Amino acid sequence: MKNCEYQQIDPQALPTQTPPPPPLQEEKEEEEEEGGEKREEPRRPRRKWEVFPGKNRFYCDGRIIVARQGGVLPLTLGLILVTCGLFFVFDCPFLVKHLTSCIPFIGGGLFVFVVITLLQTSFTDPGILPRATPDEAAEIEKQIDTTGNSSYRPPPRTKEVVINQQVVKLKYCFTCKMFRPPRTSHCSLCDNCVERFDHHCPWVGNCVGKRNYRFFYTFIVSLSFLTAFIFGCVTTHLSLRAQGGKGLVFALQESPGSAVELVICFFSVWSILGLSGFHTYLVASNLTTNEDIKGSWSGKGGEDVTNPYSHKNIFINCCAVLCGPMPPSLIDRRGFLPSDESVQTASVDIELPTQATKSEINVTEED
Amino acid sequence: MATEFHNLQELRHNASLVTKVFIQRDYSEGTVCRFQSKFPSELDNRIERTLLEETVKTLNSYYVEAEKIGGQSYLEGCLACATAYIIFLCMETRYEKVLKKISSYIQEQNEKIYAPRGLLLTDPVERGMRVLEISLFEDRGSGSSSPSSTMSSAGSAR
Repeated sequence: MKNCEYQQIDPQALPTQTPPPPPLQEEKEEEEEEGGEKREEPRRPRRKWEVFPGKNRFYCDGRIIVARQGGVLPLTLGLILVTCGLFFVFDCPFLVKHLTSCIPFIGGGLFVFVVITLLQTSFTDPGILPRATPDEAAEIEKQIDTTGNSSYRPPPRTKEVVINQQVVKLKYCFTCKMFRPPRTSHCSLCDNCVERFDHHCPWVGNCVGKRNYRFFYTFIVSLSFLTAFIFGCVTTHLSLRAQGGKGLVFALQESPGSAVELVICFFSVWSILGLSGFHTYLVASNLTTNEDIKGSWSGKGGEDVTNPYSHKNIFINCCAVLCGPMPPSLIDRRGFLPSDESVQTASVDIELPTQATKSEINVTEED
Repeated sequence: MATEFHNLQELRHNASLVTKVFIQRDYSEGTVCRFQSKFPSELDNRIERTLLEETVKTLNSYYVEAEKIGGQSYLEGCLACATAYIIFLCMETRYEKVLKKISSYIQEQNEKIYAPRGLLLTDPVERGMRVLEISLFEDRGSGSSSPSSTMSSAGSAR
């Protein structure tokens, strides 16, 4: 992994000063080409995605962001494409002739919807919080150290805040050097703190968080419709073909693609429908998968805890989560780093006096 | 005397960075973006309390407007869902429009109020909406030996 240095930016740059224009060519890979180009053009301005400290990969000059581990996104895409391809080739002609001609249009519409929302879920910034600047980190350290002055006990790494009459603990993130806002969690696979962290989805190859949750939800709901639709069409097709005493085996021999579709859809429809149902419940109660799994608001401790973020109304919760305002990306991937001779590559390891006793502190980085 | 500047240009040429003060987020109302109105003690003799409080209050109201869940945001959300969210690629969302307004407001505040007092506000969006950073400057000519080894961006418009 490239040693991504956290660059410091010059304060003497005026707000109105515009950065130098970018080079004309686009870069696909940030490491090798950039090293070669830097030797030829030492003054080429770099974009912020090139020095991004998390484990992400960027394409199209920073427009597209994915997790470093691609997960099984190619498999997901492949399954969807193969199933739909077989559907259009094997089932549609028969069903158009014997049933109605809307079937390919419905199927096509659902397919387009599914693929678009899948790609948007995978390629959108989920709500990554940029890491604290060294000044901020030093300030926070100063504040923490003043509270715990006995040398034996390490200073507290949690902060409590009251939200809607509920006490919420904010944990300190050692990697990002800041106290995580409420509902934020650090994903160890992507090495980023993500706002309103839901889960890291390997099928999609990205974290699901505040900014792409609505894409993810639309994806799984439309995928359940698509899977159920194809399953229904294939069943209808095979039963129509098997009519007249010909039998199912004969029907399968005539249309082998349908057999493949049947298997794929049969095994996936239950899990996808289940997942959609689960996320519908989460949306209606304004919970995240992370909170639900950990039981943050289920009152297991015997105290009266309720979800402080819920609007106490299913309709409003749904609207807030799915139709709420779309926050912008905070990491500014395509912004330019100011070209500076005296760039100080301050690595993010500020000396923490209690780093050695970190193991004593019951704080886990990964939630 | 050492901290009298007339505009941002003078600040850039004659000043050296002394320290930074951070106004943290106020999470008492949930995850909405809101900054604490507590006045930092380092700014006691640099700026009047009311001016800073007014700035923070105005910023908070802008963020409330950006994150408001109401008729317009529902319309935007439903339209976006119906078009498989492709309109997000073409259209500027309301949040982005409000952020632009905030950016110009901070620029104006810097020019009128903060730079003449040797201070500079950094747009919170440059710091991941975590803090409102206020940089304290001092006149270089006053022979201040404060270390300026750590530097950071000063409120560049997004």
